[in-house]
Formats: sequence, structure tokens, C-alpha cells
Amino acid sequence: MRYLPLTDQDRQDMLVAIGAPDMAALYKDVATEVLLDQPVDLPGVKGELEVEQIISGLAAKNLGSGAAPFFLGAGNYSHHIPAAADHLIQRSEFLTSYTPYQPEVSQGTLQALFEFQTQVAMITGMEIANASLYDGATAAAEAAMMACRITRRNKVILSGGLHPHYAEVTATNAKFLTIDIVTNPADPLAQEDFAAQIDDETACVIVQNPGFFGQVRNHSELAVACHNKGALLVVVVTEIVSLGAVLSPGDMEADIVAAEGQSLGNALNFGGPHVGLFAVRRKYLRQMPGRLVGETEDVGGKRGWVLTLSTREQHIRREKATSNICTNSGLCALAFSIHLTLLGEAGFTRLAQLNHATAIALADKLDAVKGVEVINDTFFNEFTLRLNQPAAGVVDALAENDLLAGLPASRLYPSDKALENLLLVAATETVTPTDMDQLVGALEEAL
Amino acid sequence: MEMATGNRALQLEEKLIFEQNSPGMTAVDLPNPAELTNVKSRLGDAARKDPIGLPGLSEPQVVRHYLRLSQKNFAIDGGFYPLGSCTMKHNPRLNEKMARLPGIADIHPLQPKATVQGAYELLDMTAHWLKVLTGMPAVAMSPAAGAHGELCGLMTIRVALEARGDARQRVLVPESAHGTNPASAHMCGYKVEAIPATGQGRVDLQALKKKLGPDVAAIMVTNPNTCGLFENEIIEITQAVHECGGLVYCDGANFNAIVGRVRPGDLGIDAMHLNLHKTFSTPHGGGGPGAGPVVLSEALEAYAPLPYIVHGKDGFDMVEHVADAGNDQPFGRMKGFHGQFGVIVRSLAYMLSMGAEGLRQASSDAVLNANYLMAELSDILTLSYDGPCMHEVLFDDRFLKDTDVTTLDFAKAMIDEGFHPMTMYFPLVVHGALLMEPTETEGKATLDEFIGVIRALAEKAQNGNADDFKAAPIYTPRRRLNETKAARTPVLIYQSEQAAAE
Repeated sequence: MRYLPLTDQDRQDMLVAIGAPDMAALYKDVATEVLLDQPVDLPGVKGELEVEQIISGLAAKNLGSGAAPFFLGAGNYSHHIPAAADHLIQRSEFLTSYTPYQPEVSQGTLQALFEFQTQVAMITGMEIANASLYDGATAAAEAAMMACRITRRNKVILSGGLHPHYAEVTATNAKFLTIDIVTNPADPLAQEDFAAQIDDETACVIVQNPGFFGQVRNHSELAVACHNKGALLVVVVTEIVSLGAVLSPGDMEADIVAAEGQSLGNALNFGGPHVGLFAVRRKYLRQMPGRLVGETEDVGGKRGWVLTLSTREQHIRREKATSNICTNSGLCALAFSIHLTLLGEAGFTRLAQLNHATAIALADKLDAVKGVEVINDTFFNEFTLRLNQPAAGVVDALAENDLLAGLPASRLYPSDKALENLLLVAATETVTPTDMDQLVGALEEAL
Repeated sequence: MEMATGNRALQLEEKLIFEQNSPGMTAVDLPNPAELTNVKSRLGDAARKDPIGLPGLSEPQVVRHYLRLSQKNFAIDGGFYPLGSCTMKHNPRLNEKMARLPGIADIHPLQPKATVQGAYELLDMTAHWLKVLTGMPAVAMSPAAGAHGELCGLMTIRVALEARGDARQRVLVPESAHGTNPASAHMCGYKVEAIPATGQGRVDLQALKKKLGPDVAAIMVTNPNTCGLFENEIIEITQAVHECGGLVYCDGANFNAIVGRVRPGDLGIDAMHLNLHKTFSTPHGGGGPGAGPVVLSEALEAYAPLPYIVHGKDGFDMVEHVADAGNDQPFGRMKGFHGQFGVIVRSLAYMLSMGAEGLRQASSDAVLNANYLMAELSDILTLSYDGPCMHEVLFDDRFLKDTDVTTLDFAKAMIDEGFHPMTMYFPLVVHGALLMEPTETEGKATLDEFIGVIRALAEKAQNGNADDFKAAPIYTPRRRLNETKAARTPVLIYQSEQAAAE
């Protein structure tokens, strides 16, 4: 077996050194009736070629975004990843190292994460950011729990424009805690009014911008309304590229930002692994979940970095920790950071403008199709169509012709008949004019 | 000797990206958006007005930056990394290749189900391997990491208990457990109580029995435990817990010792997470991403979280909503979309490569390697508990008594010898713990070299060279870092000197 360097002779010699007659002697603490004397009933050793054939065979049964005009988004976006980014994260020293608990031999990961934290704080307009969480949905759940700790209140209001998975994950996390989750009904037009909902029990309001249905809003007034009642505003961002063109949550006076960073540096990956971004006002630092990298110096006075403030974390505080999180999303965070470093200010803002312009061009074309109406007054790179018939059937029919038209809202809201005809369509920089024409043509034919 | 540049030949100093800013520079050439459309923005009153302040670098600068940073890291690809409890085994490059295939990396989780049948099949196939290896009937595939799996398992337990009208309040956790265990139990709304260990480093069965009662929901046991030992009374433990109506969660972080040798299902375990980034060779990536699928017993199967794969009449289907779950009662959703698919692909590539015999041989070799370290080091280090051990061996700091050298100092001296230190100060049940996990990845020659170095360092410490240990490491890009300063005055993001002065 190619991954195992011990030879049979080594094994014999080592057993002799140990003074054990055989391997069974080393498993003597296992009751004999549960110690297997045969391999389990699974296939045998395979070479690389055979494994590649099996997994390639499975891959061939899928229709990838690279093989079809592709318009899905809904929190998972298809962007071009620069070749250098994917190459650099496969450097052995990044890929195959552990969490940087020994800082003298981990300065590479630590400096990269310090840069990541800074980039996340900059684009979200916040004062500090952590070294990543699992994904945007779990980051939203952590934000809700953090807001409850800070305010010592237990009501969390979830906007109807929040991604349904984020709302479900937040509700799951709160299930056995004294947290009261109020989930507003789906709000495709972003017209909900929180004023009456925010009260003295409210820990936070969680809104998404751009909203799940694509609407872009300036939530500054909502921030004031929250703060007037002593509540926090949490802003979720599922399309991080939007921040190159849209006001940042910090600009809107948000207190906590929980975001998904997949759009930069990370492939679709069928939904994971992705990278949760988490940024807050500095005054909330001690209530923050997750790892933090801090600057310091070594005994020679040279600048360096370490993991810090671990007294918040589970390995020190155990059940009193701010979160149970241990493993985070380090390599995805690195991919995010490298992509953003490659882009820089000029590239990031241009990428955002390019996405926005592509979406405008597509929206205008689709709005002219009979039986299609763009419902958004505002959007970034994703918007919602109202079709003259249920969207799911149309999307399935188009998929049979190798066109991935977008997400029927009914996939995530199966019981809400009012949303049945809604279709979410995303257009990133990867969408070509030919792709657009194919979608327009296919919808003209189908509707 | 200090160099004028601060560099040392191949080891180059590297500034932050923010200190290499050429305003306006970018390493990504994009078309001009103005050519696409001449209509106005649809951002309403939410258009960004101010610049962000991100630095601009060219591609060669960026490549050089990250390459130089990478060279400041120790990695399993480069050397022995005996970090106990972390299973730093070889990460095959085949895994990376498979995860990047078209049709794997570029599929969207919410595509029409007919267009991702291969992905569902892949999840189903991986689930099958995990179920057979653990002897359990079901597995929740979506948890993102070990701690996330713990939360998932405990929630499943809590929901199952509540479904039978038997809500309970307490979760028992051994003293030697990972910190995530009590933290996860707390997030599940349980009161946490510690169970003491015996003098043999195992759960004290009698003490456990005294704590059991009608309000105990579960025990969270780690097996093999964090002292590197198999819980030889595990069957009695699970029986006792079951008899009082509780359920058994197992922290599966140490599954690498028993893959293909012992099935947790045969031990009476009800739920156990598997760290795919430990046992199943997916890379740790400097701290993630991982994946923590949770295998479940028959008692818990019906309560597994959304989503999950079922075999439908037109191929594979995925249940994404409670309303579609039929007689099952999924407790909710743990994570956005479907979990860590990219990590799961890598673990499948590993399992297919190893096969049933290879996986069994790997766990045997991991156990053999750890016992070899125990045999060759026990006379000079101080062994905490008698062996045989499983895949890791625990020493404590009694061998450093009166030397003025601490476990930390000893670890730092190992770095200068070219080894990554073992896990230090964990588990908490022994003083100054040194927990070594060699994994099956290491050959005998590497182990012999390591043994030689550890013996030499131990002798050196005992011969009164504490100052050398206090000074270590000296050949690393940075020497010991001031962690107190970092915590007292936290600097968590870069500030230009100008901004800092203001």
C-alpha cells in the first residue's frame, strides 16, 4: 500500500523491541468479542488510476458550471479563480500544516491570517475580524448567539430576505438555548418594516445585503432603530464581491458582520467547504467566537504573529467558551485572501462593477421576454424573475438541454405558493453574451 | 550574526501586503465594465462612495509574497509532525486532484437534482464506507468539523430523548476530554459534569455509575481516549448508561487507532463524529477546512439533520425539508447547503485507495509506531500510564523535575532539531503533558531518528542545560514570541504607522 512506509521486517523488528508477540497483544485492552480478525466487507486496495476512474465516472454524471450556461447563485457563486491563487494554496507548507499553535514554525500561516483579518475588516467596514468560521450560515448563527451574550437579551429577528439556510442553521443552533428566534416571512421586495418588531427584548436584527432575492438596501436607518432600542444590527453578506460596489455594513453602522467568502478564491464545491467571515466592532472583541491572530514581537524584538485571546476559546474555557468552534476554514480563508490580494483595490472594485454590469445587461434582456418580469428595483449581480408559470418545471426543462437557468425559489420555500413562479438568476463575470442569449432564447421558447 | 536585510539565505523576510502597496496596481486584468452597458447603476442609495484602501500588487509580487510566507511553516509534507490528538498523516495529492475535477469542484448545491446524480452517489458511497467501518446504520454527512459533529450528535440525542418524552438535563464528560466536548454540550443546553479518571488513565466506571441517574442524557466518551488508551471497560460503560436510559456519544478524534479493527457500533456507541481531516487524510490546511460526519445508532437514525440522501425511484434524491422526511423527524439543518463536499471527496479518494486491508493495516501501523516510541522512550521520559497504548503515547513532565526545563522549553528545543513538537499540556489530567502521535505515515528510520533526538534532549535537560532550552528555538524565522503582549494589547488588523500615530 503506497501510503505505508513500514516493511514487514520493520514491523517484526518493532514488535520485538516492544516485547509484544504480535499485533493482537497491542490491542489487548479491546474485548476479544469486538476485535475484528478480518478486514471489513469493503473493496480492496486500488491504484491511483483506478481511483481516478471511479471518481471521474461519478463526476461525469454531473453537469458542471464549466460545461453549461450557468446562472445559479443564492449564496454560492461561480467566479473565475486566478491560477496563482489555487496554485499557492497547494504549497505543501500551507496545505499540510496544522493550526498554528507553535508560532515559531507557523509564521507563514499566521501572517497570512493577520492579512486576511485586515482585508475582511476593510471590505466589511468593521474594526476587527476573526480568522474565519465554517461558512456564512454558521457565522450568522454565531452572530445571533454573540448578540444575545452582549445585550443579555434573547430575541433574535431574522429578516425575510435572509437566506433560508442561514435562518434554519441559526434556528438549529438556538434550539436548546434560551433564544427566541423570530423568522419573518419571505420578503422578495425587501419591504419589511422592523420598527414594530424591535423591542426591549430584542438582541439583534439579522438582515442580508444584497438580500436573498437580490435587493440591495442601505440599512442605516435600521441600524439607528436597533440602536435606539439597545439592540444590535447584524448584516449578512452572501456575495462578498458585492462589497466592491455596495456600501459596507460598517458604513451602515452594523455591529456584527457574518458573511460567506466563497466568491473569492473558492470553487462552488457543491456547497462546501466555504469560508465564514466574521467582523465586529472592537468593543465586542471579548465576546467574539473563533480564532484570532494578533501581532507581537519575538525575544529579539522582531515583529511576528501568534494566536491570541484564546481565553475565549473552548480548549481553555471548556463549557464557558464563547463557542465550541475549533477547526475553522483556514485554507479557504487563505484562498480568499490570495484572490483579494491579487485583485487589490482596483481589481476588486472593477470585478464588482463588472458583475453588476453583467447582471444589468442580463436583467434588461430578460425583462423584455414575454412571460418574464424582473421584480427587483435594485440588485447587484443577482435578481429575481417572476415567470408566468411555476419556475421549477421551467428550470428542469432547461437543464435537460444543458442550461442551468437559476434557482426556483420553491426549492427553498416548497410550501409558499406565492413564491412558486419566482426564479433567482445570478450573473457573474463568467457569464458571456452567448450564455445570455441562450437563456433568453430558451425562456422565450419555454414560456 | 545579524544580516543587513534581516534575511538568512533562503529564509527571506517578508513585509505585509499592506506595506507593498502600489496604488492602482492589480494582478487581475478584467474587461472594462463600461463596455458592457451604458445604463446606470441599480444599487439605489446603497452604492459604495469611499475607497476601501486595499493594497495593489502585481502577480509576481503576490506569488513571491505567499511563497515566502509558506517557507515559514512546518508541514507534514516536510517532516515528522507527532502532534497528539491531531493525526498528522500524509495527505495524498490524488485527493487534491480528485476534488478539483470538472463535475466535482464546479457544481452548485442547488442545481436540478437530475444534474448532480454523481454527487449524490459520491455522498452515498462515502456514507456506506463510513457506516461499514463503524458498524453503524446511519450517518449525518453535513457537519463541518469535529466540534460541529459533537453538536450535531448531541442535538440528535436530545431530540430523540425528547421524542420519547424523556427530556434530561445532564451530560457527563471525562476530565481528559477535548475542550470542545463540554463546550458542545453547553451549546446544546446541557449541564456538564466531569467524570474522574482512574489511576490507569481511564473512565472511573464506579464513579460514573454513581453519577448516572434519570436526568443523565448522555456521556461523551473519547475512545481511544486522549491519554492514548483504549477504554477497556467501554462495553460496561455503554451498558450502564443505556440501563439508566441515557445515550452514548463518542468523540471519534482517535478513530485512527481502530479503523478496520474495532467497530464503535459493536461497543454500544450511539453517535460518533469522524474527523475526515484526521483519520481519512484530508489536509489540515493550517486550521481547516475539516469535515465531521456523525455516525448514528438505530436509536438516533430517524432524527439525523437535514439534508440527507435517499434512494428514490428515479435515482438518488436528497431530502432537504422536514416536510419531505416521511416518518423521519430530522431536527433541522446544521450548515449551509450540504456540508463539506470537497473534503468528503478527498476522504473517499483515500478510502478507495486504501481499501479494507489498507485501512486496517494503517491503524495497526499507527498503533505499532506509538508503542515503539513508548518502548524506546519510557526509560528516559516519564510515561503517564502503562501500555500498551493505542495510536498515541502520553508522557508527563516528571522527567524534567528539578531541571528548570518545562514541557514548553522541551518542545521548543525539538523545533531546532527539525521536528514539530508533540501536543503539549493536553490532556489536562497529567502534569505538563507530552502527547505523541506518530501515525502510520512514519517509517522506522524516522522514528529511530526522533527517538535519538528525544533521548539526547532529555539527557541534556537532566544534565543542567536549562538556559539552552529557555533560548530555543534559535533557528526559526522568529524566536519565542511574546504571547502576553499580544493578549494585553491586541493588534488584530494592520494599521499604517500614520494611522497608529493618530
